[in-house]
Amino acid sequence: MSAVETTSPAVRKTALNPVHRQMGAKMVDFNGWEMPVEYPAAGGIIAEHNAVRTGVGIFDVSHMGDIRLQGPQALNAVQHISMNDASRLAIGQAQYSALLYPQGTFVDDVIVHRLAEDEYLLVINAGTREKDFNWVREHTRHFDCKTQNLSDDFTQIAIQGPKGVDLLQKLTNANLGAVKFYWVTRGTVCGFKDILIARTGYTAEDGFEIYIPADEQTSAMVWNKILEAGKEFGVLPCGLGARNTLRLEGKLPLYGHEISDTINVWEAGLDRFCKMDKPEFIGREALEKAKAGGLKKMLIGLEMIERGIARDGYKVLDDGGREIGYVTSGSYAPFLKKNIALVYVPPEFSTIGSSVKVEIRGQGVKAQVVPTPFYKRPKK
Amino acid sequence: MSYPSDFKYAKSHEWIKPDGKSATIGITNYAQESLGDIVFVDLPKVGSELTAGKSFGSVESVKAVSDLYAPVSGTVTAVNDELAKSPANINKDAHGAWMLKIQVKNADELKSLLSGVDYEKFVAEEGGH
Repeated sequence: MSAVETTSPAVRKTALNPVHRQMGAKMVDFNGWEMPVEYPAAGGIIAEHNAVRTGVGIFDVSHMGDIRLQGPQALNAVQHISMNDASRLAIGQAQYSALLYPQGTFVDDVIVHRLAEDEYLLVINAGTREKDFNWVREHTRHFDCKTQNLSDDFTQIAIQGPKGVDLLQKLTNANLGAVKFYWVTRGTVCGFKDILIARTGYTAEDGFEIYIPADEQTSAMVWNKILEAGKEFGVLPCGLGARNTLRLEGKLPLYGHEISDTINVWEAGLDRFCKMDKPEFIGREALEKAKAGGLKKMLIGLEMIERGIARDGYKVLDDGGREIGYVTSGSYAPFLKKNIALVYVPPEFSTIGSSVKVEIRGQGVKAQVVPTPFYKRPKK
Repeated sequence: MSYPSDFKYAKSHEWIKPDGKSATIGITNYAQESLGDIVFVDLPKVGSELTAGKSFGSVESVKAVSDLYAPVSGTVTAVNDELAKSPANINKDAHGAWMLKIQVKNADELKSLLSGVDYEKFVAEEGGH
């Protein structure tokens, strides 16, 4: 037993930090941010996870970054730096995409929102904020558009789960029923006008993410009002622990794990978000070559058959004990009640139903290749 | 949370309850709180030899993997197999959810462990609260 988290003085905090502490959250350092990993008093990771699957949970995701591109050539700029096709976005629509290096590997994955005719908002990861902003600014210089880092302007709260729509509807005049998944709207939320409301999330569940003013008082007020309004739905505050297990069940990639600067789009299996019919974007040429060269490794899902939990970084072995790959994310899956993992292995080991082993404390523990995502939300 | 006075405690957060030449081992309430929801335990078989200060198994929460260290040396005489099926029992009652019973090799090793009062002080400092 030894696992005490320490925080450096340079650690960054969101506006909701005092609220988390007040609620007795267990705080951890996440990519330089002091964030709640779970709220033991409210139930802990498993209860939080299942609240999102069956009811509703809320998350402080203010550590995420936001970059705005605005101007006559904003679309050209977005098209140049991202792999999905932003020209397909109507005003008010969003898409999952990624910023790529010329090698076809990942700077970061992003959600691109089209807010107006020539205005786009890129939502980026906490750990890659500065890197992403510098990358975007550098590679959009030659376009007639303004690039702004709005990362510190918002408190971002995610309201996730099948009851999320009913909960948020109590607090806003926006007609949420008319907002489809991966679309955005604006409305008054808790008395604050013109709040950006996106039907997006990172939990493989229906839900919303709202962008409110970043001052502590407003943030705390909105957070508490959401919890209050959500009581009838059994809302729980949720930390990064549940966020991670939720996204893992849904096979949503995490930067530094399933995607990184050494993993390309094909390996990560994100083909459907990469539009090779776009004539040009950073990384396209390398991806064309990589496709012709064939895959050397690919991301697949495992379910443990024998007792044991595969963890990030553990080795994957073939039946004979030879090392063939590694685990990018592995955990007990609280809703599925199974031990699951995402792993990179050569394509010949990707057959569904075939077995491999995961090395856990020196022992090869049997696992089975299963279809992904592990969890898909039921269709309404 | 009070720490029973008839238990002894290791700084690695295991408790041991001596009973003549045998003893019962588990992890402390502080340990289960630090770990969060426990979802897996890996314990040795009956007959295994424990060496004081050496790892004898592991306990895992959703988030964390933690080694278990033997508070004293000895031979395993019983294993609480129920924990394999219901690891969350440790969260519910850490001082009741025992892991192993052992035959103690050298009772002198118990003397270097902490009393309940001293352990409580120790975790108050370690936890910073």
